[in-house]
Amino acid sequence: MNLYQDVIIAGFGGQGVMLIGNLLAYAGMEQGLNVTYIPVYGPEMRGGTANCTVVVSSEEIGSPIIHRPKSCIVMNRPSLDKFGPRIEENGLLILNTSLVDLELAKGLPVKVVPIPVNEIADSLGNARLLNMVALGAYVNASGVMPLQAVQGALGHVISSHYKHLIPKNAEALQAGADYKP
Amino acid sequence: MSDKRIFIKGNEAIAMGALAAGARCFFGYPITPQNDIPEFLSKAMPDAGGEFVQAESEVAAANMLLGAAACGIRAFTSSSSPGVSLKQEAISYMAGSELPGVIVNINRGGPGLGDIGPAQGDYFQAVKGGGHGDYRLLVLAPGTCQEAYDLMIESFDLAFKYRNPVMILGDAILGQMKEPVEPWKPEGINPEEGKDWALYGASDHSPRIIKSLFLGEGELAGQNQHLREKYEAMQVEARAESYLTEDAELVVCAYGSIGRIVKSAVRKLRANGKKVGLFRPITLYPFPSNELLELAKKGKRFLTTEHNLGQMVEDVRLAIRTVADSEFFGFMPGNLPTPDAFEEPILAALERK
Repeated sequence: MNLYQDVIIAGFGGQGVMLIGNLLAYAGMEQGLNVTYIPVYGPEMRGGTANCTVVVSSEEIGSPIIHRPKSCIVMNRPSLDKFGPRIEENGLLILNTSLVDLELAKGLPVKVVPIPVNEIADSLGNARLLNMVALGAYVNASGVMPLQAVQGALGHVISSHYKHLIPKNAEALQAGADYKP
Repeated sequence: MSDKRIFIKGNEAIAMGALAAGARCFFGYPITPQNDIPEFLSKAMPDAGGEFVQAESEVAAANMLLGAAACGIRAFTSSSSPGVSLKQEAISYMAGSELPGVIVNINRGGPGLGDIGPAQGDYFQAVKGGGHGDYRLLVLAPGTCQEAYDLMIESFDLAFKYRNPVMILGDAILGQMKEPVEPWKPEGINPEEGKDWALYGASDHSPRIIKSLFLGEGELAGQNQHLREKYEAMQVEARAESYLTEDAELVVCAYGSIGRIVKSAVRKLRANGKKVGLFRPITLYPFPSNELLELAKKGKRFLTTEHNLGQMVEDVRLAIRTVADSEFFGFMPGNLPTPDAFEEPILAALERK
C-alpha cells in the first residue's frame, strides 16, 4: 500500500521542533521508507520561531518543501497564524493548547487535536519533554508509523551526553500518544 | 535496505562522497549555506589521512586547489555563490592548465551577498565559463542527497579522465536537507592516476611544466584547439532524468532541487489527467541537448522552470531551436520554492497550446 505523509513542525526556537523532525524522519528511514527532513531558515527565524518539514513516503519523494501540508504540529501562536491556514482541507493539526487558545483554530477546516504539551511535560518531571509529547500525539493521530518505531530511534538523534534521558523521552512520546482531550 | 542507509544532510553527503572517492585535500573558507562541508571535513579529512586547510580567503583556497591538483592529488574546495565568484581566477587557470580539481557551489540567493536561501542564479557562471578566457567546466547538478554522494564520487573520475575542473552545482535546499543515503566506495581508483603529467619530482622523468601561459608562435591557438577537442569529447557524458515524458504533451525542464520540486507538481497534475512530464538535466555541461531534441522531434512542447530570471532556458532553446521553442517560468530567489508555485504555470503552459 502506498504511504505518503508530510508534516510541518513549528514553534519557538528552543522548543525542540528540529529534534522531533529529525527523530520522525530517522524513524521513517528505519521503517524502510523514503524520508526527507528540511529545516526552514530565513528571516522568520530572527523573530525566534523555528520550523521544519518532514516527508515520509513509500515512494520516491519529490519536493522536500511543502506549502500545503497534510499535517502540522503547532507549538506556539505565531506558528498557528502562519501555518494553520495552509493545512490541507481535512488535514491534521496538533495544537499546543498550553500556549495557544483552541478557539483560534476553530474556523480551520481541519481535524484539531488539542493537547497541553507544556503541562503534560511538567507532570512528567521535565518541561523540556514538551516536543516529545507533541510528536507522540502526531504519530498516534496520523498513524504514519508505530510509536515504537519512533521510540526506538531516540538513541540515534539524542546526543550521547543525554543518553540517560532516552527512557524519559520514550515515556513522553507515549504520554502524548495516550492523551485524550 | 534500511540497515545500510545513513541519515545525512546534502552537504555531508558531498563531503562523504569526496572521501569515498579518495579525495585527500580540502581547502575552504566559511560561508553559509555550505558550512557543513568544511565542518565535517575538519575532522574526517585528517582522520582519513588527508589535509584539511581553512584558508585565509576563497582566493587562497582555490589556488591551493590548483597546487594540489598539479601534484595529481584528488582535491576539492567548496563554497557558496559570493565565495565561488572569488575562486573564478584560479578556476580559469586550472582550466587553462588542464588541472583536475573539483569545486562545489552550494548556490545561494544573489546578486551580491543576496541571502542565505536557495537559488539557481549561478547557472551561467557555472556552465559558460565563469572566469576569464574560453573554457568549460564539467558541471553536475544533483537533486537528492544520494545523488550528491554519487556524483561527488564521479566528479573526481571525470576530472582526471579529462584533466579538467569539475563543478558540483547544488543549492541551499540540497545542502541543508537530510535524506537517507547508502554510502559506497568505488573500486579501482588508479594509484598511477596523473603519473604521466603531474608534478611529484623528476627523478623518473624529464622536468615538466604545468602552465596556462602560451606565448610562442601558434602555441595558444594549438592549446585552444586542443581544449575545443576535449570539450567536444566530453559531450558523451551528457545525462538527464526523464520522468513521464513518453506520452507527455508538455515537458517541464528543471534541474537540481527545482527538478525534484517540479516532480511533485508533475505527479499531482498527472493524477488529474494532465499529460505533463519532467526532463531534469543531471549534467549541465555538457548539456543533454540531444535527448531534448529527440523529445522536440516527437512534437512535445516545453516549459523551462528555474529559481532565477531565466538561464538554463537559453540552453533548452538552443537544443530544440530547429523544431520547437520553450516557454519560461522563473521563481524568484528570496522565496522558498514549493510544488504549488509551479503547478499553475505548468498548467497554463499546457493549456495554451
